Amino acid sequence: MTDATVKMDAPFPASLLDSAPAPTVGTAQPRIDGPRKVSGTARYAAEHFPEGLAHGVLLRAPIGCGRITGVDAEAALAMPGVLALIRDERLIRNGGDFAGAAAPVQGVDEVAYFGQPIGVVVADSPERARAAALSVKVTYEAAPGVFDMEAARGTALPPTDDIYGLFLIHTEQGDVDRTAHEAAALVDAVWRTPSQSHAAMEPHASVAVWQDGRLTLHASYQSPVVTRDQLATVMGLQPSEVRILSPFVGGGFGGKLGVMPEAVAAAIAARHLGRPVKVVMTRQQVFETTGRRPMTHQRVRLAADAAGRLTVLQHETITDQLAGEVFFEPAGLATHLLYAGENRLVDHKVVRTNKLLGVSMRAPGEAIGQLALECAMDELAEALDLDPIELRLRNEPERHPELGIPFSSRALVDCLRHGADRFGWASRNRVPGGLRDGEWLVGHGMAAAARGNLFGPSRARVRIDAGGRVMVETEMTDIGTGTYTVLAQIAADLLGVPLARVEVRLGDTDDPASAGSGGSWGAATSGSAVYAACAELRARLAAAAGLPADTLTFADGMVTASGFRRPIAELVGDGLSVEGSVQPGESNSRFNQTSYGAHFCEVRVHAVTGELRVARWNSVFAAGRILNRQTATSQAIGGVVFGIGGALTEELVHDPRSGKVVNRDLGEYHVPVHADIPPIDVHFLEERDPVANPLLAKGVGELGVCGSGAAVANAVYNATGVRVRDFPITLDKVLAGLPPVSAARRRA
Amino acid sequence: MPWIEADESVPLTLSVNGVSHHLDVDARVTLLDALREHLQLTGTKKGCDHGQCGACTVLVNGRRINSCLSLAVMHRADEITTIEGLGTPDALHPLQAAFVETDGFQCGYCTSGQICSAIGMLDEWRAGWPSHAGAGAGPARTIDAAEIRERMSGNLCRCAAYPRIVEAITRYAAGEGAEA
Amino acid sequence: MIAFDYIRPGDAAEALQAAAERPGARFIAGGTNLLDLMKLGIERPRHLVDIGGLDLRTVSETPDGGLRIGALVSNAELAAHPLVRDRYPVLSQAILAGASGQLRNKATTGGNLLQRTRCYYFYDPASPCNKREPGSGCAALGGFNRIMAILGTSAHCIASHPSDMAVAMRALDARVETRLPEGTTGDRKLDTLYRLPGTTPHIEHTLAPGELITAVLLPPPVPGRHHYRKVRDRASYAFALVSVAAVVAVEDGRITQAALAFGGIGTMPWRDRAAEELLVGATPGQDLFERCADAVLARAQGHGGNDFKIPLLRRTLVACLTDLTEDAR
Repeated sequence: MTDATVKMDAPFPASLLDSAPAPTVGTAQPRIDGPRKVSGTARYAAEHFPEGLAHGVLLRAPIGCGRITGVDAEAALAMPGVLALIRDERLIRNGGDFAGAAAPVQGVDEVAYFGQPIGVVVADSPERARAAALSVKVTYEAAPGVFDMEAARGTALPPTDDIYGLFLIHTEQGDVDRTAHEAAALVDAVWRTPSQSHAAMEPHASVAVWQDGRLTLHASYQSPVVTRDQLATVMGLQPSEVRILSPFVGGGFGGKLGVMPEAVAAAIAARHLGRPVKVVMTRQQVFETTGRRPMTHQRVRLAADAAGRLTVLQHETITDQLAGEVFFEPAGLATHLLYAGENRLVDHKVVRTNKLLGVSMRAPGEAIGQLALECAMDELAEALDLDPIELRLRNEPERHPELGIPFSSRALVDCLRHGADRFGWASRNRVPGGLRDGEWLVGHGMAAAARGNLFGPSRARVRIDAGGRVMVETEMTDIGTGTYTVLAQIAADLLGVPLARVEVRLGDTDDPASAGSGGSWGAATSGSAVYAACAELRARLAAAAGLPADTLTFADGMVTASGFRRPIAELVGDGLSVEGSVQPGESNSRFNQTSYGAHFCEVRVHAVTGELRVARWNSVFAAGRILNRQTATSQAIGGVVFGIGGALTEELVHDPRSGKVVNRDLGEYHVPVHADIPPIDVHFLEERDPVANPLLAKGVGELGVCGSGAAVANAVYNATGVRVRDFPITLDKVLAGLPPVSAARRRA
Repeated sequence: MPWIEADESVPLTLSVNGVSHHLDVDARVTLLDALREHLQLTGTKKGCDHGQCGACTVLVNGRRINSCLSLAVMHRADEITTIEGLGTPDALHPLQAAFVETDGFQCGYCTSGQICSAIGMLDEWRAGWPSHAGAGAGPARTIDAAEIRERMSGNLCRCAAYPRIVEAITRYAAGEGAEA
Repeated sequence: MIAFDYIRPGDAAEALQAAAERPGARFIAGGTNLLDLMKLGIERPRHLVDIGGLDLRTVSETPDGGLRIGALVSNAELAAHPLVRDRYPVLSQAILAGASGQLRNKATTGGNLLQRTRCYYFYDPASPCNKREPGSGCAALGGFNRIMAILGTSAHCIASHPSDMAVAMRALDARVETRLPEGTTGDRKLDTLYRLPGTTPHIEHTLAPGELITAVLLPPPVPGRHHYRKVRDRASYAFALVSVAAVVAVEDGRITQAALAFGGIGTMPWRDRAAEELLVGATPGQDLFERCADAVLARAQGHGGNDFKIPLLRRTLVACLTDLTEDAR
């Protein structure tokens, strides 16, 4: 099947990347796709215009639960240029997220959430399609639904599926109740996090073209093969009869994982009309019709002895999801491994609500789980009168505290110490509410970060043409993550050619399938597949040279050994093509693999109004080998800002009477803007993970979002003396704890 | 000019990046959709279609606007500059080059808007326009980060390249000053 | 948006005639609010009169020492205008605290006065809303109402007015100059442009059909310090939770002039002259300012999610007044 396979069964004593004489890997390289992106010439999904293109607009259910009884499209169909109203039973109600190759829930009559797609109107122009959609009249029978998770907490049940074993539903050891009663210090509180929206800048978009019975879809997906398989099932086709092209994806963050309604609508409409159809979601539809991070109610109980050693770690999460869907928000993920402690309980339960599908969103579980856990640690440190860093140092585990297996690499302690130095933690404010700068209360906070390093099968083809140019081809995507550049770097270093001689082609399901972009695993999985292919190419070049591979040096387009020096182009004949693949193996169960970090920040809270502003930021991360310092730093910054947004401004609000997304636009769903974000200092520790993969790299894309929000919350407490456990921490939640106005105003 | 009746197509000449384009469009077509759907100048992006993200920012007679909240028929007499008019992959505008150098983007979807917005913003700065950030503007001063952040806040970036965008604009503005 | 007839007249007379020809016609200038609402099907004008070609883009001094601001002067140009920055800084500050650079370049003075609420339920045609669809009910009551008004509300509507500029204009006693289809001109205080929702929240202003705002007139500047203080969730590009526009003068230890207007809290740009009267002639001080806040908030009513606006406005106002009077005592 492939020419070279690497399985993660044992640690890697060395990486070929370390043999490159002038490596690009590990340096800061500008993106090779950068010039196209900054000049507007990179083409995204909606930017394809096949002959005869028609335009579809999704119709929405105007109720939160019930049944559509009638759709009157007479007026709409009489409008100029309107081609069809399609209410095909194959249209999907929910996105595909974790449906695997199965079809997501389909149908256009039963309504499970407000805004659910119930049809598509197609016209010969976008303007006509939208106007027609506005004039469609929908009748319905509303049914009582469950719209308020908090009110329905009593109905929570364990999740039905552990998502390939990735999300542990319930683990327990020791006796948490008895131990908690004997503790020297105890924190036992509830943190709440709201629904959040991925809010990628590019709305979901699909252009469907049928030719000779085969469907081609220009679309915006993180993992096109997964989307293809689901779409094929929905359409009753073989996967080989569907091709998805996603060479550029305008952000994903988990919101573009499985197939979404617009892709199915475009495919069905194009088939029905016999012409290409484009369906682009409106921003409002992205908010109410794609997916959300589920809301959570997290009880965290931490207990410690007088020496500051944790004796109880208990993290019980209640989250919400549509009935029948397997995904749940695994908020306890990091709690399994971040700290030592004998008595532990991590549990998840789900309330079935009639609200937009819950899906993966950047660091599912860990992002918001560490909000609660790392805030609880801050509270515990205070109860113990310990520096919060010291508390973490005293609870650093030698091995995985529940499984007893070793960590593949773990530099949390170094991250904490380096971060403290870079931030100047020693001179932090130590009295909550005690530091002022004019009218601003100044607070300092920190938190640890951890994100599991996942691995999945991935394939890539690497070709060297007769001219010595290198082409990397894989279905893997670059959703802003830097994949184009990182894969080119790996191929360039391993084959000894200049970066400019490497071309990378991504996002085409006709190319070798990858693990896709998600779970912070993209670079490691697809990069390892490229590594496997390049290693095999080196062996073939060695064979062509008649020399053992380990005696050769690959650099400057030349293959060199003692007394041997030939241009690579002379050794490839008509060209070489190798497909490499990687598989998870025993290393993935024998070791715990996790990336770590530490965040430090200064937050300012206006003493009169409670306005909250992040003023200063330092993060230190250890994620194995950093493949490209430039793009990894951008990823880390992006993660931190995601965390800041989650801590201070982001809340996807559901109407308590219908579950409807109330703030369904970017004016009222507050992602951070330029003015909200100070310079973000990111520092990566030198680390190699010998277990993770032949690159010795771990994931970095979601690490920044883990713990960063907790650092903000802890700084807010340090600034004001107010603990807010309901996220986001908006000014109304700190107002009552602020000093009286007479004392709040700036001091002369 | 007489009434154009509903659903009647409107003949229109748009001057984009110095080139005149003749179009027949529905009066409802926004400037953004005229650029993207009719001229296939897709460098200008549609992120929200409601003036809440800035991805569609273009320059009209040198001033930055959200092209999603303007009708194409309103721009017969205007000179429109889009990202395609600034530079090409092989010959980038210095600000585009600065974005590549500082990694002032990730997914790239907000980038055209950020760049066009920054060009317009710096012209506003040089013209002495004030901002909520409160520092005095003007040609004699180099713009600082706080001013850039406030003045660029109409351009969202969910990948959050914000600090690096600010760096790109700062570098470019400093270079401009040196050349002047 | 639904299809509309479109015309772009060359002058005001043509514009008025065009609007009179086709009943229900709407003027469109910057379009930053109207097109936004038309795309969502919230505004459904059948006829659009594009007034972008009209000669209403100048700012000039009036014989009495005031300012005449053409209705089409962009928000950005107005905020940057030397006379505005010099004589009416509260107006410049208010404009700059709102929207984004791009929107301020497009949005006009006249249009800003008439911008419509950002109420989430008004913005969703699937929700009941008496403002959008009279008689359908108010989903904000009993719904999520964090951004809604606490003053001037009725049992039919609690939507807040979103403008920053108009708040400063109210504090400055602006007047609105109009032209009517008959060819006559109108002149009214900004105070009388707006209507409280009452039982007819869909009627937001007192303009007659086809009446065109041609200019905003500012009276001669009054002595005093100016300040616009806006409180919002993000550091920029967000609507006000509360805002205060204040022009206050102190002489010989007493307040001689006070104009106060408020954003984010009212169903229209809010002004409370009784609260101002409390201040004038009095000695600045915390107690006085608290009483002033009491007066402004006497009839304030929270709806659960926006209860915080009451203490927030109180604190913001007291701090703002203290700042403006402090060194002048």
